[in-house]
Amino acid sequence: MGTVFSFDVAYGAGLRVPSAVEAAVASLHTVDAVFSTYRPDSQLSRLARGELGLADCDPRVAEVLGLCERARERTDGWFSTGYAGGLDPTGLVKGWAVERAARMIAEAGAYGVCVNGGGDIQLLGEPEPGRPWRVGVTDPLRPGALATVVESAGELAVATSGTAERGVHVLDPHTGRPPEGEAVSVTVVTRSLTDADAWATAAFAMGSRARRWLEDLPHAEAFAVTADGRGWRTPGFPAAVRTSNGLVGRAAADGRPAPGRPSGRG
Amino acid sequence: MTRNPLRRVVLGAAATVSGIVLLLALKPHSAPPPALAHATVPAGPRPSSSGAPGASGPKHTGTVTGDTEQTDYGPVQVQVTLANGRITGVTALQTPSDNPRDQEIASYAIPQLTREAIAAQSAHIDAVSGASYTSAGYIQSLQSALDRAGG
Repeated sequence: MGTVFSFDVAYGAGLRVPSAVEAAVASLHTVDAVFSTYRPDSQLSRLARGELGLADCDPRVAEVLGLCERARERTDGWFSTGYAGGLDPTGLVKGWAVERAARMIAEAGAYGVCVNGGGDIQLLGEPEPGRPWRVGVTDPLRPGALATVVESAGELAVATSGTAERGVHVLDPHTGRPPEGEAVSVTVVTRSLTDADAWATAAFAMGSRARRWLEDLPHAEAFAVTADGRGWRTPGFPAAVRTSNGLVGRAAADGRPAPGRPSGRG
Repeated sequence: MTRNPLRRVVLGAAATVSGIVLLLALKPHSAPPPALAHATVPAGPRPSSSGAPGASGPKHTGTVTGDTEQTDYGPVQVQVTLANGRITGVTALQTPSDNPRDQEIASYAIPQLTREAIAAQSAHIDAVSGASYTSAGYIQSLQSALDRAGG
């Protein structure tokens, strides 16, 4: 499965931005070389086989494994690196790498940064002065259609986990089987794509338990498309338009509840 | 799943960098494919001719054919129809067809990607989130067609 990373960067006089984009691209290739579970010579593969110690690896390996452990705790074990008995942080690495790339570019002076890694997106700043970001979420039940549009200003991360075209690619770490439950895809919106990617992966694996867990998760909102086509979302989900599931609403930025719309958190 | 840079290239904007990177080994399903890179990084605040001529050129109307891109599953080549610089249609000239499963996937994945590329333009969307698709070759070929269109 290929993963496409796209960059959309707006900048004014930030002369360092183009070189920062080049550096961000290079960093993605480095991350791939270090973390790929499909390259037998990657540091991660060698670590998993016991050929390398953690101290011998790139320091980012320890950083990512630490983030994975934090995600495991935050998700009650639903996020796991133990897939197939190996060492597999891929449920978090992509989001982490995209977020890191986006922040490198923003720090160079860009006022709007959008980095999309295979459908998981980190946005920083604003696309144009005064305009919020608008991120479409694909509808897995209606090819070519969007299930909803997220509209939010400022720092925003959107990650979607679900069944891909080549079959289920998220397994319940407790059973090693595809998740039971109703969600066909789960989208998590928060500020950090590292978190959003891990939480979406975990939530999809949870099946029918995901909704309650996501509703209780602070600083995050979520949206799901379900097999029956009805779908659900957390009360503060920043949807901008009528969706295919009949969900209508406009919420304020950054996960704050919409005016007149009840929310269990602020 | 990534139409946003295409939209940027088509619509054009000053001080905008658009790029696509294919990093094929992060979440592959089978054998490790080669990592490809195609980044469009103009040297100045406007995309240069060596990068994304589409962003600053005249609005293009007509049909443009993209490069043939090799993917894990076979070659992908698309043809783009543009009206005043906007995508109005995408035709897949070549898709993976080595086995029935590839044919099945191509038969719905390519039309889906095409509709999404067009929908993303019309809905004023900055990016599209969704579960991963085998879109690398599609995006590459589409990008090359848009670069060639110069508008």
